[in-house]
Amino acid sequence: MAIAKVTGIETEYGIAGGPDLDPITSSSIIVNAYAQQGRTRINWDFEGETPDMDVRGRVDLTSFAPIVETHLANTVLTNGARLYVDHAHPEYSSPECRTPREATLYDVAGEEVMRRALEIANASLDPAQAITLYKNNSDGKGNSYGTHENYLVRRDLEFAHLIRAMVPHFVSRQIIVGAGKVGAETEPALEHNPSFQLSQRSEFFEEIVGLETTLKRPIINTRDEPHSDAERFRRLHVIIGDANMSQVATLVKLGSTALLLAALEEYGPTDFPAMPRSPVHAVRAFALDLSLSVAVPCDDDRSRSAWDFQEELWCVAERYVARTGGDVVAPRDEVDFILGQWREMLDGVRDDRDAVADRVDWVAKWRVVRGYQERHGLLDRDAKLRAIDLQYHDLRPTHSLAARVGLRRLFDDDAVREAVHNPPLSTRAYFRGQCVARYPEQIVAANWDSVVFDLGEGPLQRVPMLDPLRGTHALTSELLETSASASELLAALDR
Amino acid sequence: MAEQERIQKQRTERSGKTSEDVSVDATKGDQLKADLDDLLDEIDEVLEENAEEFVRNYVQKGGE
Repeated sequence: MAIAKVTGIETEYGIAGGPDLDPITSSSIIVNAYAQQGRTRINWDFEGETPDMDVRGRVDLTSFAPIVETHLANTVLTNGARLYVDHAHPEYSSPECRTPREATLYDVAGEEVMRRALEIANASLDPAQAITLYKNNSDGKGNSYGTHENYLVRRDLEFAHLIRAMVPHFVSRQIIVGAGKVGAETEPALEHNPSFQLSQRSEFFEEIVGLETTLKRPIINTRDEPHSDAERFRRLHVIIGDANMSQVATLVKLGSTALLLAALEEYGPTDFPAMPRSPVHAVRAFALDLSLSVAVPCDDDRSRSAWDFQEELWCVAERYVARTGGDVVAPRDEVDFILGQWREMLDGVRDDRDAVADRVDWVAKWRVVRGYQERHGLLDRDAKLRAIDLQYHDLRPTHSLAARVGLRRLFDDDAVREAVHNPPLSTRAYFRGQCVARYPEQIVAANWDSVVFDLGEGPLQRVPMLDPLRGTHALTSELLETSASASELLAALDR
Repeated sequence: MAEQERIQKQRTERSGKTSEDVSVDATKGDQLKADLDDLLDEIDEVLEENAEEFVRNYVQKGGE
């Protein structure tokens, strides 16, 4: 039996500029700028006011100077997300979400959080020192940073089956959800001298299975940190993936992966296409192949292109939905939408790329790069083309190319604004976010599976949340509504 | 939601094989090309002034 595919995305943003050009300092400025604004908002909410968000943003612009702290900034937001400095990047880890569409919304909310942090921080900086943020995964010089997905899976799912079933998807899904890249930056890819690749990340992968994330990156990561009841759950931590600017691409990336994991839990790996004999070669070769025709030998002695893999995997997911309804992933209309978009993008990249340029990031980027190159007669290596690549991911509305290529949106501004401040309703992120919003002065720490309260007297009190599907709106909203203080909440929880 | 409905409607239209649908797609293709041309016309105003320096200075530390 498949279990609910609780899902989230962690995104490390590329960062440039700042007072001393040090990325750690600049990342701290970004996180602290937003954290300052967050505390202000919580106090206002505590007093029962509901001020307009935009006005509040402008007030904050002049109210706070960014504070640089020597320790790395790390905070929990009222929407249940974590915002912190990871190594030398600001990172937004979305709250746990119940469906791919919800997780996509909270990923988009993360962009908005970063955009607001950027505005607040830059309002206090000399314009020459302004910070810029990029939702991408490499600097074009061999340095990569991650966009990681997390999926809740059954603990008793055999890891060997997980590898066997999911490697084909992780090496091939880039043909529809790759973010595209001008040129190459690692030796094996540079040998091919590509003008463009499908994915930001593919050339950085060196192993099939492993624990690393920064060196010898594996296609399947074995980090075993469930952030939940380890007897029942595993958190599949997926490090092979690009940061998408296209909302539909994020939805299909999460939705296709969640459906395949559910199909695996339900029926085992038998129906999945065979593994490529050399997955590392496959993921890199597919990234370099804009014709989508390169095929690789597989364990069943057949050869498959990335498109062939995706075709078979789509059928696995479609059959799973036909037999079960797919409700562990999402309600039926959402599952049907995911399958429909996945199908259209797959057919589009093969037969009619213009038709999916509004959804497939690499196609959208490639059209601009190639159009500009042809118009101005530039060489493949021209810096202008690399600048287009970088600026596709620029978060500033004034500089973003992704905002100018006509990508379809799934959410309007109101929905995103709501998700910036409020947690999803159907996971434990609801309880976390609500506690942070309601009792900020009494919370000393919160993480994925607990909230720690300090009531001022007695020991710290830890509220564990070991089941991601408890702590939901349905289970806790009445309790939260009727608890005027943290001590009332804890007393009620004790009863 | 409205966007979702629109996309699903388009999908239904595309799967049909009438001559009307062909013209719908052709118009869409022309529109996409026109939009791209417009973007290419104005892109120099959006691109960082010194592309060479911008690209050279964009250096990140690895993360994850």
